[in-house]
Amino acid sequence: MAAEPGLAPPPAFRLPRWAAPAAFTLVLVLAYLLLRGSGTLPHDDDAPQFTAITELREWVDAHKNDSPLFLYFVNYVRLFIGGLFALLQTSLHGLGWPGLIGVMGALGWLAGGWRTGLLAMASLAACGVLGVWTLTVDTLALVGASVLLSLAIGLPLGVWAGRSPRLRRALGPVLDFMQIMPTFAYLAPMVLFFQIGAPAGVAATMIYSIPPAIRITALAIEQVSPTAVEASASLGATPRQTLTKVYLPLARSTMGLAINQTIMMALSMVVIANLINSPGLGSDIIKGLSRENVGLMLPAGLAIVLIGIALDRTTMAASRQRFRPSRVPYAVAAGLAGAGLTFVLPAEWPWVLRTAQPVNEAVRWAERSWFEVTDAIKEAVSLFLLNPLEGVLTSAPWWLVALALLALAWRIGGVRPAVTVAVCVAAIVLLALWEHSMVTLAMVIVAVAATLAIGVSLGILGARSARFSAFQRPLLDAAQTLPAFVYLLPALALFGATRFTAIFASVIYAVPPVVRLVEEGIRNVPPTVVEAALSAGSTPRQMLWKVQLPMARKAILLAANQGIVMTLAMVVLGALVGGGALGYDVVSGFSQRTDFGMGFAAGVAIVLLGIMLDRITQGADRRPPPLRRKSL
Amino acid sequence: MRIGPESAGIEVKGLWKIFGPKAERVLTSDDRLLEPAALRERTGCTAAVRDVSFEVRPGEVFVVMGLSGSGKSTLVRCLTRLIEPTAGEIAIGGDDVLRATPAGLRELRRHRVSMVFQHFGLLPHRRVIDNVAYGLEVQGVAKAARHARAREILTLVGLDGHAGSYPDQLSGGMQQRVGLARALAVEPQVMLFDEPFSALDPLIRRDMQAEIIRLHREVGKTMVFITHDLAEALKLGERIAIMRDGSIVQLGTPEELVGAPADDYVADFVRDVPRSDVLSLRWICREPDEHDSMEGPPLPASTLIKDAVQVATATALPIRVTDGERLVGVVDRVDILAAMAPRQPVTA
Repeated sequence: MAAEPGLAPPPAFRLPRWAAPAAFTLVLVLAYLLLRGSGTLPHDDDAPQFTAITELREWVDAHKNDSPLFLYFVNYVRLFIGGLFALLQTSLHGLGWPGLIGVMGALGWLAGGWRTGLLAMASLAACGVLGVWTLTVDTLALVGASVLLSLAIGLPLGVWAGRSPRLRRALGPVLDFMQIMPTFAYLAPMVLFFQIGAPAGVAATMIYSIPPAIRITALAIEQVSPTAVEASASLGATPRQTLTKVYLPLARSTMGLAINQTIMMALSMVVIANLINSPGLGSDIIKGLSRENVGLMLPAGLAIVLIGIALDRTTMAASRQRFRPSRVPYAVAAGLAGAGLTFVLPAEWPWVLRTAQPVNEAVRWAERSWFEVTDAIKEAVSLFLLNPLEGVLTSAPWWLVALALLALAWRIGGVRPAVTVAVCVAAIVLLALWEHSMVTLAMVIVAVAATLAIGVSLGILGARSARFSAFQRPLLDAAQTLPAFVYLLPALALFGATRFTAIFASVIYAVPPVVRLVEEGIRNVPPTVVEAALSAGSTPRQMLWKVQLPMARKAILLAANQGIVMTLAMVVLGALVGGGALGYDVVSGFSQRTDFGMGFAAGVAIVLLGIMLDRITQGADRRPPPLRRKSL
Repeated sequence: MRIGPESAGIEVKGLWKIFGPKAERVLTSDDRLLEPAALRERTGCTAAVRDVSFEVRPGEVFVVMGLSGSGKSTLVRCLTRLIEPTAGEIAIGGDDVLRATPAGLRELRRHRVSMVFQHFGLLPHRRVIDNVAYGLEVQGVAKAARHARAREILTLVGLDGHAGSYPDQLSGGMQQRVGLARALAVEPQVMLFDEPFSALDPLIRRDMQAEIIRLHREVGKTMVFITHDLAEALKLGERIAIMRDGSIVQLGTPEELVGAPADDYVADFVRDVPRSDVLSLRWICREPDEHDSMEGPPLPASTLIKDAVQVATATALPIRVTDGERLVGVVDRVDILAAMAPRQPVTA
């Protein structure tokens, strides 16, 4: 207000805007060259922090039958969850394979017609053919139990949050936090309370899958037309009448999406829950991953994908269509007919396609014949990107790296992200996991760079060419319904168990959402602006660089943020196939009792790393950089 | 116009609605007298309704008119406490609304006052008939009875044969007829209309206005009608309250507003209204002087100016304006022409 920008006298000489950051970078580089090797924090498997946590677990284990918290609360929760799982497990197994297929088909038909019904039946039957029927049923029971619990808690909470802005504000950060937590991080606390086994797996899956149930339900309720609500109130409806007659029916289809997302999240988590000895398909997958046995994990992986497709289509169809009560009797009849066949047909799945042998041979052949190409890629990335980066991050004094991160956060996001980063860095140092965190960070940076390079290019291509977009859309759709670890399969088949495998898997895992966000961001640039730029005589290149990309800035930053969060989750998961560092610490924490403390701490460190990266990139999205604000 | 047996009047005294934190404190301090912008600057509060008082007679059509942001929609929502007023008194049919218990308030909304909304507020997942019957449904009326009543009302608003449609299958005008039917179905004593036709096309709006006039003639309810359209206000309102920044700046019949605007704001509003369509001869007649012949034809003082044109063209003599037997004044051709000529714009 005070000084109009146009009236201010032009400064005689002004440093270019990049001068200060460049000077700072130069100082950092010089400091690194001088101080390399000093002030590092080498990893120690027996750090006192780790032993303290291990002892805590021993203490908890020793006292879980005399502490009142466990005696009167935690143990009952555990019993309840275990009971629910056992109930579902026995009843699903009790239906027998014809019964279960019949019931799933009937549900699919009820929800979306005969196509959906057939698809559901075919998917389940394929699981049988792949030879993993028993494990599939266990997985279904596990998913069922955790989804039931998630919905029982999440839907009411979501409805409440949708109507109370205060609760929504309070829940927001908690849900944000839950969504950026990599899957691994949920496991250790569950083990501490519920021991290893199915109840802990169900609980971890439930916690992982509850955010969409709450968030999307709240959104659905929030979006209900306020006029309809007001009209209902103006006619003297009680709050309960308005809830059941206006809010819930109007929010129904979006709430269907909430259920769908909850199921999909649960499905991708159950595999990881196998690390803490939950039953199900995950056991084959984890065995296969750790033994580099693609043939063992392929049927289980396919089965998960097939179940995912069946459940996805059924729930999506259910949320889209009006419910047809006239179909219920037929559906019940179909389910009963299937169950009836159980007594006639053999109890075991009759015919299994043995795939392990040929698959493993194919993998070996692929490894042999493409070895030169894959090895060259692997070596090049390791030699020119990964090793130097890892070297710098681990050999620099820790405070120098911390300083650089802090400066980056401040420059991009402002004061608050910088404070968050400072807290996270301090906590990682205190957890005695600095070195492993830096190794993981190096992998994440390489993977993110590759993800963004590929994702943004494909996104731009898709936005500019309708044909290319039409070609890649179904691929992206399919990719986004696959659970995370499925991406490890091709990576493992191509590259064996190395650090690079994890990076490769995380790139193909994180690229689809990035492509989608970038493409949408560019497409959402208002057509009038594009038209105006065209009429001013812009070339396509000018249009891209001067109009579309700047206007899609928010979407691209969001894409970067998503890419980073997903990459971190996958890099950690990649520990199963030789990724090393934090992820490996977590896995060994579950498999060896003495390493529990390290695994627990590593889980926390992963979360801290995630928050740090998330805040840095989110800051960029929310506000202009500090320097620009100053000049305004 | 017929006054329905079931109509109730509304009395509003000293009504305030202040949005924002510490609304109560603003009300008790002198801040409440500040201009809207100054008030927001100083306290962060917005005074949407400021010390509004008016009475609506049973069976009357009372129009509240003002530009967007003048507080008229807030005012009408305060009447049944869809928005909780900050201070003041409201009585509907003699019952104190502000002191009503939640159950009492629901009773009022269920049986005595119903409302028609700008964006219809229909429930998209229900058929038209179930939308119309919604008010009866929340009252607990059995399905057969409420459907029968809903069918009757659908006939009344001209929607025969659409009972089974869903709202999104109807045009905007028809959707608002459903909204109207829903409000009528509960047989209220008072109907509130919150800019019901501003989302409709001009032609459909005209039809709907005619519909309201017809309905009012047939059922004779008390109606409070909110609009930002002056032509609509003049057409429907027996009395009109003009709001600005939360206060009523003038309240009167259409004639009074056009003939004697209270201030420049109202004058600016009514400037483009053809005076001859609204004003009666009473507003333009003058004392007869010695030149005037007293042989001209007589006309009642309440005759609209435009209706006097025909008489004036037939005679060169001044028209005698009478109120019953009494002579109020005279009007000649020049006076009528002057009244019909467009006026100079009001300059500040």
